Amino acid sequence: MQVETFSAMRQSIIDGLPDTARNLALQAVAAGTSPLEAVSDGFIPGIEAVGEQFAKGQMFLPDMMASAEAMRAAMAVLDTELRKQGINRPMAGVVVLGTTRGDIHEIGKQLVGTLLSANGFQVHDLGPDVPGETFAAKALELKADIVGVSALLTTTMRNQKTVIESLEKAGLRPQVKVMVGGAPVTRRWAEEIGADGYAKDAMSAVALARSLMDAKAQPRTTVSL
Amino acid sequence: MRPKLELLDQSLIERILDEAFQLIREPGVRVAPYAVELLRSAGASIDGDVARIPEALVRQALQTVPHVFFLYDRSGNPVVHYGGDDVHYDPGSSCLNMLDAETQQMRPAQSRDLVRLVQVTEMLPQFAAQSTAVVCDDVPAEIGDWYRLLLVLWYSDKPVVTGAFSASSLHTLLELLAIEAGGAETLRQRPRAVFDVCPSPPLNWSEFASQNMIDLARAGVLAEIVSMPQAGATAPVTLAGSIVQHAAECISGITIHQLACPGAPVVWGGAPAIFDMRTGTSPMGAIETTMLDLGCAQVGKSFGLPTHGYLVAGDGIRVDAQGASESGISAVLGALAGINMISGAGMLDFTGCHSIEKLVIDAESIASAQRLVQGIEPRAESLAVAMFAQTGLHGDFLKLKETRALFRSEQHFPSAVIDRGAHSIDDTRPDILARARRRIEELLSGYHQPEISSGCAQTLVDFARHEASKVSLQKLPSIDA
Repeated sequence: MQVETFSAMRQSIIDGLPDTARNLALQAVAAGTSPLEAVSDGFIPGIEAVGEQFAKGQMFLPDMMASAEAMRAAMAVLDTELRKQGINRPMAGVVVLGTTRGDIHEIGKQLVGTLLSANGFQVHDLGPDVPGETFAAKALELKADIVGVSALLTTTMRNQKTVIESLEKAGLRPQVKVMVGGAPVTRRWAEEIGADGYAKDAMSAVALARSLMDAKAQPRTTVSL
Repeated sequence: MRPKLELLDQSLIERILDEAFQLIREPGVRVAPYAVELLRSAGASIDGDVARIPEALVRQALQTVPHVFFLYDRSGNPVVHYGGDDVHYDPGSSCLNMLDAETQQMRPAQSRDLVRLVQVTEMLPQFAAQSTAVVCDDVPAEIGDWYRLLLVLWYSDKPVVTGAFSASSLHTLLELLAIEAGGAETLRQRPRAVFDVCPSPPLNWSEFASQNMIDLARAGVLAEIVSMPQAGATAPVTLAGSIVQHAAECISGITIHQLACPGAPVVWGGAPAIFDMRTGTSPMGAIETTMLDLGCAQVGKSFGLPTHGYLVAGDGIRVDAQGASESGISAVLGALAGINMISGAGMLDFTGCHSIEKLVIDAESIASAQRLVQGIEPRAESLAVAMFAQTGLHGDFLKLKETRALFRSEQHFPSAVIDRGAHSIDDTRPDILARARRRIEELLSGYHQPEISSGCAQTLVDFARHEASKVSLQKLPSIDA
């Protein structure tokens, strides 16, 4: 029975059905299923399958968006239940996300945020058009492990550098890893501005965030996925 | 007959405009405070930063907007005709990166790159106008917009497609142009530059864009609306839906512009693109991107307005067959659509990178497109019979005087970038990159710096030094003065 439920959870994410995912989460809670198991054995395998299919070119961004929405719906139920039961979901790291100053685009960044959350990161999304000082202030407040800076335009991409400068100015750079992304961003650009990593898409961003967490104690190198 | 390509039938244009007019009423258009009073006092309903613009107000603006105007060269000759189906090309604008001539690797663009690009463009008749093609990494960002315009004015006689990076810096660019023109009134009478102004999709005339539109209208300097819907991301996924959004952004922008100064010149332009659902990029070389450009321009033409589009750009990061294919197709289709100004040549990497080698290759595609729109003409009373009367069935047409008299007008002769020397198989013949490099050197060897009167040159330099000193820049990069 539980195997079937987990399978349905997985499929609800793959199919991008928020209502179904939410109902399955509610049913699991009502049936006394461990919320942690529902997350790890039901929903996360779904989002991982989506990531794999996306990487193979079998799913596309609108599919990813729908799957991320379904994941959010399920997690809203299960996170509430986890809190109620006093259980802490193992936290992969604290991430502050935002789109750089002058840039109002946030589709890609939202996708990254959703996938990071689904994979156990605590994500604080500052939204679009965010000045460097705001990134630094939030990173300081939350003791962030990672700051993720998105830019869609070549003209606003330059402001990713100012975020790094703001973190440096605030004395946060040694403990905060910076990852950058967005359509015009390249590994070379990431290296040039002194970012710690660059991800070409949302799924790669999750893997990048994990490797940055692993590398936190290691000497600085730019990671690219 | 001039060949022409249209993708929209009349009924679809009417539906597009009907929905565009609906959109600017509901949900309306986000505008900056700078534009709010203009719109409110003209009858638009304002709710916070959202303006709901009635159709009548747009129709009134469309009555005053000019249908024809020119861009002038340094000597005051009208060389770009905005209006009708005349087609002109300029290199793409505002790349951050350059494909290094030697390594063919991307690196941040420098002022010397812009100078070289301007010099090559100056020598290519395919380009009626220059553009402020790159953002120079060796120039402080705060003065990056006017400084690149200074470099173009310094090294070229041609008109310029440019743009400001902020609301306030526009005035510095206008001052530079006024110095070069001999005063603000001369600039107004014979503008040498057109300014791209980009609304933010969807339906957002930001503070920067609103202010630029209004200030340009009041200065009487050409504004070019560059609406950039990304189909599926920041605009409806359907091409028709994105064209509706583009039209809504243009008509709302024209309304703001004409309210600021009725009769001021403005271009119906854009850089629409699809949003690639696999990569999240905006491929400029996609056929659907070209279709969007053509559709958007056709809607502007339905009002009789001058048009602009973003074509002849590629998405790869190499000077290769992909880039040539993408740019060649869109150069031809843009010409067939009669788009007045087509920006984008030389660009790679989704408009992120410029390549001078690609620019000279694109110039060959453009030359072919320019030949194409000249069409097939009769040239003489007899099409063939008179020539057959002379040669009979011998078929010796090469000797005919008609052949000698007419072949130059019938055939376009490409530069040596195009390899037509295939008389024998020869492995030592250079590839296209080598031919492009050779062409660049040939063009540069014939380049002469424009003659700027010493008084004007000194005033430009003094002005530039004064402005540069505000950001502690002591030496003007790539200006020998």
